[in-house]
Amino acid sequence: MAGRRLAAVLFLAAIPFGSAAQDTEAAIQRYRDMLQDDSPAELEELKGAELWKTSRGPKNVSLEQCDLGLGSGVVRGAYAQLPRYFADSGKVEDLESRLVSCMVTLQGFSPADAKKNPFSAPGRPSDKEALVSYIAAQSRGMKLDAPLSHPKEIEAFQIGEKLFYKRAGPHDFACATCHGDAGKRIRLQDLPLLTDPKEAQKIFTTWPAYRVSQGAVRTMQHRLFDCYCKCGIRRWNMFRRPSPPCRCSWRSSPKAGK
Amino acid sequence: MGDPMRIRASMAGDKVEVKVLMAHEMESGQRKDAKGATIPAHFIQNVTVRHNGRTVFSAQWGPSISKNPFLHFRFKGGKPGDKISITWTDNKGDKRTDETAVAGS
Repeated sequence: MAGRRLAAVLFLAAIPFGSAAQDTEAAIQRYRDMLQDDSPAELEELKGAELWKTSRGPKNVSLEQCDLGLGSGVVRGAYAQLPRYFADSGKVEDLESRLVSCMVTLQGFSPADAKKNPFSAPGRPSDKEALVSYIAAQSRGMKLDAPLSHPKEIEAFQIGEKLFYKRAGPHDFACATCHGDAGKRIRLQDLPLLTDPKEAQKIFTTWPAYRVSQGAVRTMQHRLFDCYCKCGIRRWNMFRRPSPPCRCSWRSSPKAGK
Repeated sequence: MGDPMRIRASMAGDKVEVKVLMAHEMESGQRKDAKGATIPAHFIQNVTVRHNGRTVFSAQWGPSISKNPFLHFRFKGGKPGDKISITWTDNKGDKRTDETAVAGS
């Protein structure tokens, strides 16, 4: 099924740009502009702001003392400087994995419990999506400036670069297959050229984002997970074997609109 | 108690412009889950907006209103600093009230 869809996508991408395509693009842009104000994402932000201050976990403390990289409890601008190396965990962490670390060290959750439910599904809201919405919103409009000085950060960068060009899965796709050339599209979506720092910066800062089709705020991790899933790569960690089937759980929910 | 609403109230000329985003599932009762079982209806039934305690807007809603509803309207007779309070009640008896002050133009 996914294979057929991808084949169709590639076929469509080969059709040259016409004026109809440009009209559609303009319409999509108008629609996105409309969603800028009063986006339902703001509801997630409010929820996340409350969660950040709520005492939870076995130790019954809040996340307010969590160090997101700019010092204990500093939220403003923190997202714009992630992922980065954290000495306390000895790892390079993005916001989602940093939250897991804080939930374990501060709130006393077990690592397995802290990692649960990263993506919401109908009737099952995700704390992570709310927290990420809130924290990322405190960096709105800032320039993305992830540090790249610690050896571990450089190592993470190099692993990421390898993965970007690594072809894998039943379709033998790499990220670079779709995101390594300018002007590519999947159906109506323009694909960002991720090897261009300007475009990468622009697209990265549009996440987390409210997806109307899923009725949820999705994080950058979800974006990556979904890309891998759509390419038929069954597991987030593509080298782990045997891999369980890819379950895009929000897809199994009723699709009928209201 | 439901999740918080996002309320914005500001002056637009001589009127107060109110924009409210409510967090609610708004299940119609028509949909089925992955196992084929009907998802029970869960939607906002009554919305009331008060301006300094006086009702300026009230509505009866049904299951056809979208998830996370957005409400936008204007009314006359308000000024900056006035209190706007919004209350919804859903079919399960859940209730939520939030309030804000009217911002300057």
